[in-house]
Amino acid sequence: MLSIKNLHATVEGEEILRGINLEIGPGEVHAIMGPNGSGKSTLGHVLTGREGYEVTAGEVTFMGQDLLALAPEERALAGLLLAFQYPVEIPGVSNMEFLKTAVDGIRKYRKLEALDSVSFMKLAREVCKRVDLDQNFLKRGVNEGFSGGEKKRNELMQMMLLEPHLAILDETDSGLDIDALQVVAAGINSMRDGKRSFVMITHYQRLLNFIEPDHVHVLGGGRIVRSGDKSLALELEDKGYGWLESEAV
Amino acid sequence: MSNFIDEALQRLPTETPDWLSEQRRRGRSSWKSSTMPTRKTEDWKYTRLRVLEEGAYLGRAERQDSSSPALTALRDQVKIPELDARMLVFVNGFYSPELSSPTAMDAMEVVHFSEADETQVETIRAHLGTAADRDKYMFTALSDSWLDDGVFVHVTQNSKVTTPLHIVWLTVPQREAFSLSQRLLVVMDAGSEATVVEHFASDGAQQNCFTNGVTELVLGANARLCHYRLHLEEEHALHIGGVHARLDRDARLNSFHLGLGSTLKRLDVVVRHEGNGAHCDLNGIYLPRHSQHIDYHTCIEHARPHCTTNEVFRGVISDNARAVFNGRIHIHPDAQKTVAQLSNKNLLTSNRAEVDTKPELEIYADDVKCTHGATVAQLDDYALYYLCSRGIAREHAQVMLSTGFINELINNLQHSTLGEYLKPVLSDMFVQQVTQRERAE
Repeated sequence: MLSIKNLHATVEGEEILRGINLEIGPGEVHAIMGPNGSGKSTLGHVLTGREGYEVTAGEVTFMGQDLLALAPEERALAGLLLAFQYPVEIPGVSNMEFLKTAVDGIRKYRKLEALDSVSFMKLAREVCKRVDLDQNFLKRGVNEGFSGGEKKRNELMQMMLLEPHLAILDETDSGLDIDALQVVAAGINSMRDGKRSFVMITHYQRLLNFIEPDHVHVLGGGRIVRSGDKSLALELEDKGYGWLESEAV
Repeated sequence: MSNFIDEALQRLPTETPDWLSEQRRRGRSSWKSSTMPTRKTEDWKYTRLRVLEEGAYLGRAERQDSSSPALTALRDQVKIPELDARMLVFVNGFYSPELSSPTAMDAMEVVHFSEADETQVETIRAHLGTAADRDKYMFTALSDSWLDDGVFVHVTQNSKVTTPLHIVWLTVPQREAFSLSQRLLVVMDAGSEATVVEHFASDGAQQNCFTNGVTELVLGANARLCHYRLHLEEEHALHIGGVHARLDRDARLNSFHLGLGSTLKRLDVVVRHEGNGAHCDLNGIYLPRHSQHIDYHTCIEHARPHCTTNEVFRGVISDNARAVFNGRIHIHPDAQKTVAQLSNKNLLTSNRAEVDTKPELEIYADDVKCTHGATVAQLDDYALYYLCSRGIAREHAQVMLSTGFINELINNLQHSTLGEYLKPVLSDMFVQQVTQRERAE
């Protein structure tokens, strides 16, 4: 599904990623952990093609395509979705209009029949219910005045509507209370169908209690310093990142 | 270059009622003593009138065949069905009974100055020219000097007129460039309520008309007027106009302005709070593109205590276009307990677009609460990226953000049906812009 080879990237001239290698197969759930500033979020934005995040070396193949050659919107159409750590507030653009425009685009790309307004409305309401968000949020401006938790649920809603092949969830668990965390985890689990893959960027092990990862990677100094199974996350929780730091050169 | 002041004076009105001649005479003398503004004229610092002088807009408006299919089609286009309004249509200044649907409303009198009866003439004479100051606004002087007719709207005391009045001023090109004088006087008696939509539109052909439009709104005590002034003409239509309002005690004016750009468009919006406790909501949107120029000068005069003003103007300026916004709030010494807010936000969608914005507060009372602010920004890159990361093409995302910027005002219109009418018109405009830009690249 996704293959990252020796990926180097700079942001404003500073090298943040220093040779990432990662293979993600279909249906797999990978957790990426690591201390602040280790490059976790940068990896997400480099993969979605944010301006100013410059790839200086390496290659990324996504479902057979050279991902780095695509514009952000083309990456989304190809089936990659990043759930933002800090979703943007866009007053004046209704959430409904935003979601419908995005879904229309992706359905067109996948050569699926366009949804009329009524069917879309129905679908959007269902998804709202799945992420436990009031339907009023569809009428409001995109993320406008949403609380942290509501923004994260809105991200989840976009994932459910756009049905990506690979979803990167950037700290979707941060700022959530325990009930919200369970709703979000259940939402993510419901999207696991054996084919769709997930990358979960997180600081804490607690999300992984609800969503069991197949692989856990620890990022340090722009590189993956340790990979393992879910027990690695538990070990980290126990010992902190300190014990790995000697390995992150 | 021609001298527009002299030329305009040659253009005398024909067939006018005698009782207007005094006003016309004063207009002429005031216009004669005015000089064309230069860069040094503060009120016109960023707006040049060269196009007006070069264009030789000396022809007279001619009556058009309003039964033509083209005009009927144009009327259908500007009709706002859901508004369910009484519609009056003028083509190149001439009233067209064929295109209008004037369902009579007892509580609202609508007549031409030339057809007014004795009582109406008396009311018109009592109010015409009392809101629009010809010595301060030279194009009001021009309007007075050209005065041959106008539309008089009168809502009688305590009447609540629920059906909006929709006045449409259509222009179509004539063989030679011409000038048009549009005049509207709305008198709201004490305790009355009404909605008036002024809608300027043209056919798609390149226009050669200069419209000088003056609207006066006179609100008696406790009167409520919801007023819209929509400029949706084709881009070569020149317009210099003014909306001048006087508000008596506890009157409420809700005024919304929309200006699509043109070669030259200048609007002076003046509101005078003349009675205690008057309130005004003044909102507007301007959207110049290509090489258009659009200039809104607003001035709120707080002459009495306990009055409130809430003013929000937003502009999206594209391509090589230029916008000017000057928002003045003047608190007179008597106007204690005033609450006034003014906000002007601008979005530039191209590197060559320009805006000159100047909010002005002039306060001579010591117990008031006033705020003002202006911002100029570009499309938010992070928001664009967010939309694109959901598969939305960059061009489309730009349209969404531009529309979103003004939607907040459109969504808050008192008549949501009007908002529903405007939204597709505006988003089509942004889409066109993006496609044109793409083609150019």
